[in-house]
Amino acid sequence: MAKIDFTTYDTNGFYDEMVEMDGKVRPHYALFRERLQKMDWKKLNFLQYSTDRAQLSLGMTFNVYGDNQGIERILHLDIIPRIISKQDWEYLEKGLRQRIEALNIFINDIYNDQKIIRDKIIPEELIFSSSTFRGQCIGLNPPQNIWCHISGTDIIRGDDGSFYVLEDNLRCPSGVSYMLENREILKRTFPEIFENLHVRPVYNYSHHLRDMMESLAPVSPASIAVLTPGIYNSAYFEHAYLAQQMGAELVEGRDLVIKDDFVFMITTNGLQRVDVIYRRVDDDFIDPNVFRGDSMLGVPGLFEVYKKGNVVLANAPGTGVADDKAVYAYIPRIIKYYLGEEMILPNVQTYICAEKNDLDFVLDHMHELVIKQTDASGGYGMLIGPKSTKKEQEDFKEKIKNNPRNYIAQPTINLSRVPTLTENSIEGRHVDLRPYVLYGKEINIIPGALTRVALKKDSLVVNSSQGGGSKDTWVLDN
Amino acid sequence: MVEAKIPGSWITEIHEIMLSRVADSIYWMNRYLERAENYARFLDVNFNLSLELPPNISEEWKPLVLTTGDWKMYDTLYDKIDKEYVIYFLAFDQNNPNSIYNSIIKARENARAIRPEITKEVWEQINYIYYLVKEGHSKKQWQRSDPRNFFTEIKKGCQLLHGIFDATISRTDGWHFGKIGQLIERADKTSRVLDVKYHMLLPTPEAVGSPFDLLQWTALLKSVSAYDMYRKTNGKLTPIGISEFLILDKVFPRSMLRCLMHAENSLYKITGGSVGYSNIAEKKIGILKSQLEYGDINEIFHSGLHEYLDDFQVKLNEVSKAIFDTFFSIENVKK
Repeated sequence: MAKIDFTTYDTNGFYDEMVEMDGKVRPHYALFRERLQKMDWKKLNFLQYSTDRAQLSLGMTFNVYGDNQGIERILHLDIIPRIISKQDWEYLEKGLRQRIEALNIFINDIYNDQKIIRDKIIPEELIFSSSTFRGQCIGLNPPQNIWCHISGTDIIRGDDGSFYVLEDNLRCPSGVSYMLENREILKRTFPEIFENLHVRPVYNYSHHLRDMMESLAPVSPASIAVLTPGIYNSAYFEHAYLAQQMGAELVEGRDLVIKDDFVFMITTNGLQRVDVIYRRVDDDFIDPNVFRGDSMLGVPGLFEVYKKGNVVLANAPGTGVADDKAVYAYIPRIIKYYLGEEMILPNVQTYICAEKNDLDFVLDHMHELVIKQTDASGGYGMLIGPKSTKKEQEDFKEKIKNNPRNYIAQPTINLSRVPTLTENSIEGRHVDLRPYVLYGKEINIIPGALTRVALKKDSLVVNSSQGGGSKDTWVLDN
Repeated sequence: MVEAKIPGSWITEIHEIMLSRVADSIYWMNRYLERAENYARFLDVNFNLSLELPPNISEEWKPLVLTTGDWKMYDTLYDKIDKEYVIYFLAFDQNNPNSIYNSIIKARENARAIRPEITKEVWEQINYIYYLVKEGHSKKQWQRSDPRNFFTEIKKGCQLLHGIFDATISRTDGWHFGKIGQLIERADKTSRVLDVKYHMLLPTPEAVGSPFDLLQWTALLKSVSAYDMYRKTNGKLTPIGISEFLILDKVFPRSMLRCLMHAENSLYKITGGSVGYSNIAEKKIGILKSQLEYGDINEIFHSGLHEYLDDFQVKLNEVSKAIFDTFFSIENVKK
């Protein structure tokens, strides 16, 4: 049987995480590639097959939206890992720390003093027109003034080899369970490589998550619950997984009631108090009395209890204002304003359609830009200029003109690639990177991430709902 | 956590806080699994029986459907009764809410809803069975000349699952709710299997006690995995002996009495009680168990076995409803 061979591996001119342009292996990938080359195809295909089986047996499935009753899919896990050098990671960590700290101060300011608006750093109308701004949160002071306890920032690496932040996910970022389970599976796939490479462990994420939640609680010991929309939610596997790993109760809105200004779970033993809720239900749905009245997923009266300080919600409601894609363009200025520092981890250049000059430029350059709806996520509501038809561009133009505030545009960036197992070869596929940041008493960044990979040849869309898969992400310790 | 001393015992039971919805799901997850396992066994045994019939006797598949209580549904869906149709209906039909296929789908659905309450081992085994039944469906097992391997796999898969459940789950309220679900389902199925003899036709009245009659009784015992234990205890196969064994035996784990004894015990473990009753669920199950405990097989035969079993099934449903009202109904707990 033929051995794995990289002599014909082609970077096609893209930045490749494993090899340089001339085909020379990057140092942090050297050992992995050497081991891989000793393997034959039969063995590699078998390892990939076993990985698929393991995912099924672990029930690592998700439901695709609009596909309610049943088709469950697994997020394909490609067994060739994305490896990050120690040096790159230290840089990313520093950049993320700075960014999250600044964004948290920003959110607190927006809902309290609004200094940044008064000082004219960011236009008032941009904030108040954001669909993720929550007026109900004005005057709120969450414990220790921490709002975004859990975030998952999307980072990409461009052709120039530099990292860029693509999106801040400060509401209910998902995917961390894949970071954890992918690692468990890959440890079984490549045991001897793990032994020899110093890969930093990620297993303690759930301990940190629990500690962080407890540090927020008004009482000790605290009763912690994970609030899920239910089993048909696309991220249900993760909600259940995290509840289990943390030893928290997994609850749905219908399991909770408000009584005497506290939140209680309905149990076979009567009502039991809940102190901290890691809610994986969007702001709009957590409390029909305050937010969307037609929500069946939330708990009527929850927000009132929260305001009184009798329950902690993580993340706090209203954090979405800072991951609005139009606000994103102001983040360099936000960091400078609050921390007096230059931004470490750069943004992608962004055109704000709400601004006249930018709008004109965008309308003239539809075919070369990526255009995004400011409040959408998951790869929905976007147009990839170079891959779109004239008709799609015209349709999008109309949408933008009708509501410019709702759109931004960015140049198309060629995401870096990682070798990926295809039918009968190993080819480069584009990836992004989502590390997870916990913010309680301090900022804690787990040395790992979810690497999403666009499995389709030449595709730049890594979202799971649109043909994306995942890779385990190895952060090296030396 | 609430600690409750069990009177007269040095063991301290720990009552974990358990959501009513979760208790409900554990209960149903176990019921559905027990149902799937029983169906697989019925089908396996009847398939075997069909291979051994005397030449003048035609295969009987209708009694099997009657056993499950879903004859009406079958009759509206199909106008033909044969091996392939009945196997399809009981094992794979998505229109039949109680088919093996749907039972396993629903068991897994419940398991998903309570994923943090069960162990990884239990969850993995449920997924194993889930993919087993899906694969069976896509391979159209009902059209195979011999689908018994499939039934064996399902049976073993469910048994292994119950074993893992017992070996890895702490004896908290959740485990006991699961047990109650399993035992109530098992008692129901045993009573139904016994009743099937009522529907099985003998060629002539004189055939009572004939080799063919015995073949049917043997199949019936095997349908509830009772053949070996019955032989060991009673030796001779007689209708009255077999009925007594399946209804009133105090030590056979699938007898109706034994199931209720254990279900009642689990209920007491949850409530902390030991005699009498403190809620409607304990009351209903206690009365039904006593009725069996003091039952006399001759009296049962005298007043009619079929009627007796019918009455049992109605009362068992009332027990199930009482458990729901007492522990799972959110409206009740809120009060």
